[in-house]
Amino acid sequence: MILFIIGLPIAYTLAYRRFPLKAVVEALISMPMVLPPTVLGFYMLVAYSPQNGFGRFMAEHFNTRLAFSFEGILIASILFSLPFMIQPLQNGLTAIPQSFREASYTLGKSEFSTFIHVLIPNMVPSIITAVAMTFAHCIGEFGVVIMVGGNMPGETRVASIAIYDEVQAMNFHVANQYSFILFIISLAILTLVYGIKKRTPNP
Amino acid sequence: MESKTTIMNDANLTSPLGVGGNSLFISIQHSMLTSEGRTNLEVSTEIDGKELLCLFGHSGAGKTTLLRIIAGLTKPDKGRIVFNNTVWFDSEQKINVKPQERNVGYMFQDFALFPNMTVAKNISFAQKVKNDDEVNKLMDLFDIEALKNQHPGKLSGGQKQRVALARALAAKPSVLLLDEPLSSLDGDMRASLQLEILKAHEILNSITLLVTHDIPEVFQLSSSVIVLKNGTVIKSGKAENVFTSKPTACNHIMEYL
Repeated sequence: MILFIIGLPIAYTLAYRRFPLKAVVEALISMPMVLPPTVLGFYMLVAYSPQNGFGRFMAEHFNTRLAFSFEGILIASILFSLPFMIQPLQNGLTAIPQSFREASYTLGKSEFSTFIHVLIPNMVPSIITAVAMTFAHCIGEFGVVIMVGGNMPGETRVASIAIYDEVQAMNFHVANQYSFILFIISLAILTLVYGIKKRTPNP
Repeated sequence: MESKTTIMNDANLTSPLGVGGNSLFISIQHSMLTSEGRTNLEVSTEIDGKELLCLFGHSGAGKTTLLRIIAGLTKPDKGRIVFNNTVWFDSEQKINVKPQERNVGYMFQDFALFPNMTVAKNISFAQKVKNDDEVNKLMDLFDIEALKNQHPGKLSGGQKQRVALARALAAKPSVLLLDEPLSSLDGDMRASLQLEILKAHEILNSITLLVTHDIPEVFQLSSSVIVLKNGTVIKSGKAENVFTSKPTACNHIMEYL
């Protein structure tokens, strides 16, 4: 539930960024797709530890504890969902004929102006796919969140973990309620997204 | 390989858009990959005035690469390109002016019209200073006024070409580069669009370079031609002088006329 609220702004921010697509960067970004969530979660946990560089830095400068906290899940989720955002966008960009970019350059347009006026409007379906995929992935994420965030009511208990918790406690009725809400919300948003996508003229 | 092509300036040609009286000096070497392997493109020429010059040659001869090099889209290995008194490229001084600053009008084989914009928007997008009157004037000149609010996806090849020409001129380019503008069209359409190209060249009032592999087209459009073969200039000059020494080409032209 919490992830749903942060999922959209993250998706939005990421959709309007173009990353330098070097092989190593690409591989790193795609790692979460291959590795089990527990591996990433474990590494995140180690990094978050106040005894290590990143965790100590955060603790000292921002007075933030990342392990087993909301901020921790947030960062982990961003990292973990990155490939689902990047890949459709990257595919969308490469699907645009090279001549579009070059034509815009010869017309005197800067790279930024070209990106805003020529590239983005011609990759709307890819942007929608990226947002939908990331959203779906964020809301469904379980492994990383339980590793990094644990299960603290009001702090790190996200929808998927709350459901798991209720099932473990044999509260099938509550689990069913949670699941149903999650199901309906996901369905509604994805339907909306694909509906928009259909109405967008495909260049 | 040295070749020089010069043509008289037409003093009577007045233009609302162009600049006129230009010269383009090219002397470049570039190793390019073609279907027949690596070929060395080596061109050295100077184009003066308000010439419409054809680059003629078979595929893989380096015509498109040469255009791209002039536009700044491909960086040559070595050499120097000077337009008027501005150095566009100099490998020794490490000068490579960006395509945005060269101000060339480049018409791509696929026309590269932006699908997200209407015809009118495609043209006005190219303008450095927004001027709707000029957009209307260009649309009127190329007879595309009726298509104003259409998106390029719905246009025919000939219509796209007119829009692309109008768009290229809207940026008031210093040089117009046309990459096989007519290759995707047939018969009548070709003939009528050759006239459009001549019109565009006249409005531009500067140098136009046109890539083609069609000899009749060279005669229709241009007084001068550079013949490229495997990356080197094998002939250049007036079209009739260049092609008359080739019996096969001559027959081909007779047939056409």
